[in-house]
Amino acid sequence: MSSVDATTLNPPVAFKIGWPVLAVVGAWLAVALLISYWPNATRDWPMTQGLTHLCVGVAAVFGVSSVAGRRFARLGLRLRGAASWLIALPLLLGIWELLTAKLALLPVPFFAPPQALLAVYVEDYVRLADSLLHSALLLGAGVALGAATGFIAGVAIGWSTRIGYWLHPVLRILGPVPSTALLPLCFFLFPSSWSASVFLIALATWFPVTVLTWSGVASVDKAYYDVARTLGAKQPFLIFKVAIPAALPHVFVGLFMGLGASFSTLVVAEMMGVKSGIGWYLQWAQGWAAYANMYAALLIMALACSGLISGLFRLRDHLLAWQKGAMKW
Amino acid sequence: MVALATAVEAAAGLALRIENLSHGFALDGEHLPVLQRVSLDVAAGEFIALLGPSGCGKSTLLRLVAGLEPVDSGRLLADGESISGPDPSRVVVFQDPTLYPWRRVWDNVALGLEAQGLLKTHAAKVDEALEKVGLSQFARAFPRQLSGGMAQRVALARALVNQPRLLILDEPLGKLDSLTRITMQKELIDLWQRQGYTALLVTHDVEEALLLANRVIVFSDRPATLQAQLTIERPYPRHRDDPYLVDLRRQILGLLGLGENW
Repeated sequence: MSSVDATTLNPPVAFKIGWPVLAVVGAWLAVALLISYWPNATRDWPMTQGLTHLCVGVAAVFGVSSVAGRRFARLGLRLRGAASWLIALPLLLGIWELLTAKLALLPVPFFAPPQALLAVYVEDYVRLADSLLHSALLLGAGVALGAATGFIAGVAIGWSTRIGYWLHPVLRILGPVPSTALLPLCFFLFPSSWSASVFLIALATWFPVTVLTWSGVASVDKAYYDVARTLGAKQPFLIFKVAIPAALPHVFVGLFMGLGASFSTLVVAEMMGVKSGIGWYLQWAQGWAAYANMYAALLIMALACSGLISGLFRLRDHLLAWQKGAMKW
Repeated sequence: MVALATAVEAAAGLALRIENLSHGFALDGEHLPVLQRVSLDVAAGEFIALLGPSGCGKSTLLRLVAGLEPVDSGRLLADGESISGPDPSRVVVFQDPTLYPWRRVWDNVALGLEAQGLLKTHAAKVDEALEKVGLSQFARAFPRQLSGGMAQRVALARALVNQPRLLILDEPLGKLDSLTRITMQKELIDLWQRQGYTALLVTHDVEEALLLANRVIVFSDRPATLQAQLTIERPYPRHRDDPYLVDLRRQILGLLGLGENW
């Protein structure tokens, strides 16, 4: 849709080199100067100069892309929209830097300065990447299993009263139990902690996906079926071409909730038993009082989870383009 | 029967026979009779309008003829064969267009062909049907982008694409504004004359019934019984201020218990 916006705002918005660009570049350069020339208070943090270079780099990239943005209206628009945040970020970074490295107002082992996080990324990226990969595999397996079975179960309950008769009580008893509560049980029932975790993540995803798919299928306007039946539609057509597309908006709400539930199950499972992954890394970092590592891992986790939700919303916007005024992520 | 003679393909229509039809619903454990011993013969290619008080069971009759519900007692015959379920030769156009919002206009019209597995070989019919209702330019639009009249035209195209032999119209113009209504009444007649199907129209609008139908059937209040039949021997296009039609209108309103009001 943004391309449409760009054409309606005629003439194409050229990103003017005005005060916003200067303010953004200036703010990043200022925080670079602060990091570089204000002496560190208690200890000499490694990567202080690295962080300085990073800030200068951001200022340079922004300066260049705002010039490029004059040519590419869309890039210019995006940058303009983010300008306030691009000024706020270096300010927050500066405050963080002052409170930790420069003035040492926050207790040291628990609050790491930004350059310490950068140092973690530079020194420990192998382990972090490995953890991220393992988390992704575990989450991917669990969510795929949970979403697929949840979708099938939801359609089945919504469509067939006989299947509903058997599945509904199971759903009502098992569904609301926080899947983390079943963790100790699953760890000795399953052959490996990995398979136990996949099951729990799948369960956490399964419940909301099932309930919302079911409600979606059950709330399909009966007239849609009448129309299809008079036009010669048989049962499979009614399920796959009427009930499921009509239920999709609900299904996506279920997937959104299921994905959220899967994140917390993933982290708890990794903290409790699985020997790799971001959750395990957090636990490990805390055990060694390596708080900088913990913050670094948390930041990665926040970005990864947010990225997954964004991906889900993009898929939804693509599949539900027919809906008007759906919520944007 | 002047109108029948003008219909191009009168043979395309389906002869409908309703014999002693009774039907009811269970409401709070009690049996609620809706139709009582209704008998009616509809010749192939005829345009029949059903009039009656609100909630008298006209729409139920249509659902039974469409095969959407099984009959309680009596017989329903399409060309001499008993109606046992829905069939694309008997298509309904409902009061609400009930287009699928997730399908574009073209795909909505293609629904019947797709359901019958004929889309690959007969895709051109979809374009033809859209052409007939004058919406070719909107083939790629989503239903939410259409006005009420356009949506109802799409619903009509979705029905016509199956080349129905009986077109069942359940107050198809009931929710349209009066100007769109007049245009679409004319279109319904044109299509019927060109296609030659049998038409069964439920309406609350006496004038509409008189403008469109060969024969107007008036039902009593629930449980519906056949109260009167009026054959309208007037060629198309008809004019709403034709004294003959005005007179019939007064008669029918009288039958519906509204004679004094107008």
